[in-house]
Amino acid sequence: MMGRQVEQTRVVGTSVPRVDALEKVTGAARFTDDLQFGPDLLFGRVVRSPHAHARIVSIDTAAALQMPGVRAIITGADTPGFIGLYLRDRHILATDRVRQVGDPVAGVIASTEQAAEDGARAIRVEYELLPGVFDPFEAVQAGAPLIHPDLGSYDVASFLYPRPGTNISHHFRIRKGDVDGAFGRCDTILEDTYRAPQIQHVPIETHVAIARWEQTGEVTLWSATQSPFAQRSMIAAAMGIEPGNVRVIGNYIGGGFGCKAGVTMEGLAVAMARRVPGRPVKVRLTREEEFFCSFVRQALVAKVKIGATREGKVLALQVEYYWDGGAYTEYGTNITRAAGYSSTGPYFVPSVMTDSYCVYTNNPTGGPMRGFGMPEIHWSIEQVMDRLAEKLGMDRVQFRLLNCIREGQETVSGMTMHATGLSQCIKRVAKDIQWGEKEPPSAPHKLRGKGIAIMWKAPAMPRNAASEAWVVFNEDGTFNLGVGGQELGQGSFTVAAQMAAEVLGVPMDRVRVARPVDTRYSPYEWQTVASRLTWSMGNAVRAAATDARKQILDLVGRCWGETPADLDIRNGEVISYKSERSVGLDKLVICGLSMPGDRELIGGPIMGRGRFMPTYVTDLDKETGQGTHGMVHYTTGAEAVELEVDTATGQVEVLRVAAAFDVGKAINPELVKAQIEGGVVQGMSSGLFEALRLKNGEPLNSSFVDYRIVTTLDAPQEIITAVVETAQDDGPWGARGVGEHTMVPTAPAIANAIYDAIGIRFNEMPLTAEKIYLALAHKA
Amino acid sequence: MATHSITLTVNGAKEQVDVASNWTLLQLLRDRLALTGTKNGCSAGECGACTVLLNGEPVNSCLVLAVEADGANVVTVEGLAHDGQLDPLQQAFIDEGAVQCGFCTPGMLLSARALLTRNPHPSEREIRQALVGNLCRCTGYARIVRAVQKAAG
Repeated sequence: MMGRQVEQTRVVGTSVPRVDALEKVTGAARFTDDLQFGPDLLFGRVVRSPHAHARIVSIDTAAALQMPGVRAIITGADTPGFIGLYLRDRHILATDRVRQVGDPVAGVIASTEQAAEDGARAIRVEYELLPGVFDPFEAVQAGAPLIHPDLGSYDVASFLYPRPGTNISHHFRIRKGDVDGAFGRCDTILEDTYRAPQIQHVPIETHVAIARWEQTGEVTLWSATQSPFAQRSMIAAAMGIEPGNVRVIGNYIGGGFGCKAGVTMEGLAVAMARRVPGRPVKVRLTREEEFFCSFVRQALVAKVKIGATREGKVLALQVEYYWDGGAYTEYGTNITRAAGYSSTGPYFVPSVMTDSYCVYTNNPTGGPMRGFGMPEIHWSIEQVMDRLAEKLGMDRVQFRLLNCIREGQETVSGMTMHATGLSQCIKRVAKDIQWGEKEPPSAPHKLRGKGIAIMWKAPAMPRNAASEAWVVFNEDGTFNLGVGGQELGQGSFTVAAQMAAEVLGVPMDRVRVARPVDTRYSPYEWQTVASRLTWSMGNAVRAAATDARKQILDLVGRCWGETPADLDIRNGEVISYKSERSVGLDKLVICGLSMPGDRELIGGPIMGRGRFMPTYVTDLDKETGQGTHGMVHYTTGAEAVELEVDTATGQVEVLRVAAAFDVGKAINPELVKAQIEGGVVQGMSSGLFEALRLKNGEPLNSSFVDYRIVTTLDAPQEIITAVVETAQDDGPWGARGVGEHTMVPTAPAIANAIYDAIGIRFNEMPLTAEKIYLALAHKA
Repeated sequence: MATHSITLTVNGAKEQVDVASNWTLLQLLRDRLALTGTKNGCSAGECGACTVLLNGEPVNSCLVLAVEADGANVVTVEGLAHDGQLDPLQQAFIDEGAVQCGFCTPGMLLSARALLTRNPHPSEREIRQALVGNLCRCTGYARIVRAVQKAAG
């Protein structure tokens, strides 16, 4: 672990250009769908359930098999194994029943895309309809249709607690302090219910996977994935093959935001490839499929009760979360857990009772999405805090400054809070948005308002989520940096290269990140999720570069008869501060050095190894959710919004957003700001526009025409970003992650600003023009 | 499906290819000419990732039949740089940090190129209007708009 002293750095902390930018602006960057396989390539098409809940009676493939170009067809009988990250509750293809619209029931392998599509259309599936359940609150009531009768027999992670015989796949509890007693001491108590709908990640690149099953039994999977290593282990387990026989190659990803984490459709390509050994098979989701056939963000019903003294001190919180996990909750269960252990938001609350339920429904499968439950819970927390402040007659900024969590206070899960710049972030955004000053609206039919919301988020992952890195050199003294984390736009390759260049004393252009990530040749990385790469992979990169540096300095020291402490590497040369000698890295990193007088050749190829695993994370108690170090750390931040509501149309124009996040240390400040800008706009999009409209589990708006995301014309003209740096003691140079966090406070900040403008609260996202217009009409 | 022999100029090079009647220009570029810089995001003309210049005009290549491009001049992202020199827009996208995942970037660049060719000094509003058909999920657009402003000088 590092101390909190500020280190002098040359590359770390500077905004070098992205290492992947040139490839990406010239069209040279290879995404998975860009790979060329020639006439060898076969195409897979998936037959999907049109029903939300049904038993599969029969599948007739005879006609399809006779169609020109069709090579083979797979059904659930080909994929009996279970798959899932934390709870193995699904098959690659449905076996006996379908649980959501879009559940895969068969796959056609054909010589062209058209032949595969025609073949898929010729497959006849007979279903017997089963009653469905489409609301998480209804699904937990007695007598609700049981979606997974075999829940009790599924493999499950040790920190999850499914309730067999119900639709509850995980129940996370916080029992902290005397909640009833604390409410008794409160002068003001508020209760409210908030809802967030399913939304979709909408990466511009849809999911694509190409698999080839070799005659040797080895499988290669080219996959647009955030999780090459997790896909290797999960697909191997589901298919009954050795993980070492599965090789996953992850090219650049055209946006992930969580939906390309874990495994969703990739097993289909592998199962299809098994039927046509030696031939690559490509499966690519259409935009329509992308909306509901990988992951969606889980819907949430949040019931909140909160109390405070008349001085404004929050004393007690009681929360119930009902997460709509959808048909399968293999990944969503852990979102439920993360939401539970963060359920106070970034506040100190002495007494807390939380019940966070992950619930099966017959809606699309929920999974990780940017924020991992935090945008959904902060939607409720940050609005109820605003209401509480108003009821107490306190300023909303001052109320947050009074109650926000500080270093040394105990978090909701019993951890002592580490150093955090949260109050700095709050003060900064208040200043940047000119809190307390009210500009007149730009037109008579418009109303103007300001709102603020704050946030926290910890990486959610098992404590054995590891990172590994290596450094190997070339004859010219340049080096290749091996990482297993993915570049999905956030800039992970760039910051990894910066860290290695910093330690090894070389300019950025001497570092090449070894890409694409390939599980056969790249070092291990658990997954590119949880905003954990800069921190976790960064620690491994720093360790690998430090290991190589030590070997180099030891070698030169031995040759020159000097101690390594007097040596340094500057601009690609080893120098001695004592003797003022120097030697280029190119002279020694592969072929070693000759001892004086050519007596002896010493050294050889330098290879640096590094790893990191947060071994210090502790369990949380099953009954109380308490533990001394249940998560690695929290990143905190704040956003403030100024907007106008057009009272004639209900339309909201976001004029300005001020955002500040405590990233510990910005390895590349411009990349941090780019993450903030992108997150703010994605958060705004979710707050104003986005909902997957479902009717009895059937998605009604699976296209860009019907599911609107923010365009250039909607995006705020001004996003004022600030980077706060309170060093994190387990992060490289003090860094912690920030990628997901940036979208967490945006939607509630907008809701709070709309309230400020028009005096109406909305408990359910999104705040569409229609919804606002109708509310204004109702009020009038 | 009937096939047609068509001739077109792609990034300055003349190509003669046989295409099926129902092939799109996007399929021709990606699957036949291996110009994979042009991306397929929705196949429905809604996301703009497949934008190319057809006789100088930006089009969603997924909505143009390949046979419609017979005799046409097509520019893709691979054709933006000349003689080893990046188009000023490409350089500005690098300098302003307008690239994240990079999947929308080729389409953005071509829509922006069409804009600057017909209007060398657009206002911010004009830039935002010209790029409204190109969806980006990563950047929040601010740096893209700034890059176009910078390239316009």
